[in-house]
Amino acid sequence: MGQFDFSVVTTGEFRTWLVSGFLLSLQLLAASWLLAVPMATVVALCRLSSVGVLRGFGAVFVEGIRNVPLLVHMMFWYFAMPELLPEPARNWLYDHDAEVVCAVIALALYSGSYMAEDIRSGIRSVSATQIEAARALGFGFLAAMRRVVLPQAFRIVVPPLISQTLNLWKNTSIATVIGTAELMYQTQKVETNSFRGVESFGVATLAYLTVSLVITAVAVGFQRRFPVRAI
Amino acid sequence: MSESLATYGLYFLIGQYPNGPLGGLALTILLGASALVLAMPVGILLALARISDWRVVRWPVTGMIYIVRGTPLLMVVFWAYFFLPAVTGKKTGQFTTMLIALAIFNGAYLAEVVRAGIQGVPRGQTEAARSLGLNYGQTLRRIVVPQALRNMLPSLVNQFVTTLKETSLGYIIGLQEVAFIASQVNSQVIVHPVAIYTALALTFFVLCFGLARLAGWLGVRT
Amino acid sequence: MIELSHVSKHFGSHHVLRDITETIERGEVVVICGPSGSGKSTLIRTINRLEEIDSGQIRVDGRDIHGPGVQIDRFRSGIGFVFQQFNLFPHLTVLENCTLAPVHLQGLEQGNARQKAITVLERMGVADKAGAYPAHLSGGQQQRVAIARALVMEPPVMLFDEPTSALDPEMIGEVLLAIKSLAHQGMTLVCVTHEMGFAREVADRILFMADGSILERASAEDFFAHPEHPRTRKFLSDIRSPFGRY
Repeated sequence: MGQFDFSVVTTGEFRTWLVSGFLLSLQLLAASWLLAVPMATVVALCRLSSVGVLRGFGAVFVEGIRNVPLLVHMMFWYFAMPELLPEPARNWLYDHDAEVVCAVIALALYSGSYMAEDIRSGIRSVSATQIEAARALGFGFLAAMRRVVLPQAFRIVVPPLISQTLNLWKNTSIATVIGTAELMYQTQKVETNSFRGVESFGVATLAYLTVSLVITAVAVGFQRRFPVRAI
Repeated sequence: MSESLATYGLYFLIGQYPNGPLGGLALTILLGASALVLAMPVGILLALARISDWRVVRWPVTGMIYIVRGTPLLMVVFWAYFFLPAVTGKKTGQFTTMLIALAIFNGAYLAEVVRAGIQGVPRGQTEAARSLGLNYGQTLRRIVVPQALRNMLPSLVNQFVTTLKETSLGYIIGLQEVAFIASQVNSQVIVHPVAIYTALALTFFVLCFGLARLAGWLGVRT
Repeated sequence: MIELSHVSKHFGSHHVLRDITETIERGEVVVICGPSGSGKSTLIRTINRLEEIDSGQIRVDGRDIHGPGVQIDRFRSGIGFVFQQFNLFPHLTVLENCTLAPVHLQGLEQGNARQKAITVLERMGVADKAGAYPAHLSGGQQQRVAIARALVMEPPVMLFDEPTSALDPEMIGEVLLAIKSLAHQGMTLVCVTHEMGFAREVADRILFMADGSILERASAEDFFAHPEHPRTRKFLSDIRSPFGRY
């Protein structure tokens, strides 16, 4: 194995590659998260609604996405979906970082389906009598949700959502299979060019762990500051 | 498209076998099952270490688990891929690499499942067993672990579903599991990517959804 | 049989057992009573070392239970313990619950163990449930099985920690009768309980505990007829409410 020389990967061109990969990973995280959370809320509410069609849609959405590996999602959106687009749209896509767009779509849908389930069970755990009380006062379904249930559900739902965010962060690494130049892709590139396996993968692992640590710290802090208040 | 199905169906299901190593869906299931079987003892040992009274055991293990859980699985696969040959002294096959990586990664997650299962057995059970005169080991073996396993069964099946999905990462190191096969077929057929990748997605869906249902049924039964 | 000598215990800053000294003779039936938080459950749990003590000594049948380097598991088979929550093993049948310890600790053969277990279950009136799982038994039946499970080991002393407190009222009687039958056979029994009618009828001596100390010790007769300590008198009048059973 020889001696390890971390300066090889922490300076010069290799460093530039790794940093750009890290930044892209963070951007993937942010973009996917911002798409996933609202989508998840809508799907969760669908599954909780009294309208059968909406409930069915929600169930199909969640089960259809969760039971397929993220890698397969990525492959589908990048290799198959563009074929379904009309030619001008397809060309636009390929001109505009198709691999990033497809990665974000796959990540957002995949994370979103898990988050939808966490939101759904969080809302359900707010006692059913709360909704009854709100409805008895005269609030409609959506208003009861907004004013009584969701504020209570918020505290319950945030910890599992933060845990899903952690998963989302780690899952950005899978975008490498469709050529997205995020951290994992760049790490492989650095390793191939420098033959420094331990150093390049070591630095990348530390980068992933650092963000993971930050996300976990947010979770712990939130639970301390906003503990769930049950009666 | 139906010609693709006929020509490539068998390849999809079992890979190059018998003209080569096992592949396709069969390999996916074999790898997933083996990895979970290996991950169980890892998980149990880690869980026992986590609830141990000795700090010198508890802290390093808790630290290791946090590190493994904060790292992407793909990274763990690469670590295994590059460094298993150095550790074992010989070239490690893709199957073995994935197997070890999955066993370690899932072992760290299973440790949590096992720990919750063991701590979910009421304290009164341990007290009753100890009051009869059973020692720590006998109490664990005959009273706590059997009850813990029953509690854990639905979670274990869910973990199996997760492991099956994780086997798809073998694609990246060239393992001929079902996603790899699908992309090989796609590169030969070229013109039907939608059909091929939808078929791949459907395969996983049927497999995983079916197992998840089983987990639910087991949860109801116990 | 049981010798407690200057036993003391703290839970954090709470002094739960204060310098307890007491001797329980072979064949005695002793009831420990008192208000909640008096330390009576903790005390009985120290006798088979489910709870540790900070200082003092406890000897059962001549053996120092809390000594350094003591292998408590071997002694526990000789001390029967019955819990408030029964704590039967749910994944084993009633019979298996009772044969587990004899087979794996006393080295009995399965056949012999089963015979012994059936005999004891018959004494407790639950032999017909031998093949059933605990979940299918009523609370009273479960507790009688729990007593049988401890009895099969033939311990010279039996400890009961509020054996009827978790039972519905209509089942309390059957369990108390079972315990009473043991008393008539000359076993050494220590029972923590709120059932004062039972205490009056069955106990030889009654110990009254409050705030971690034994405030009064008297024969059953004297305890109810001439309680000396003001705390004891208060306790007895509190439980003799208009709705009390006696």
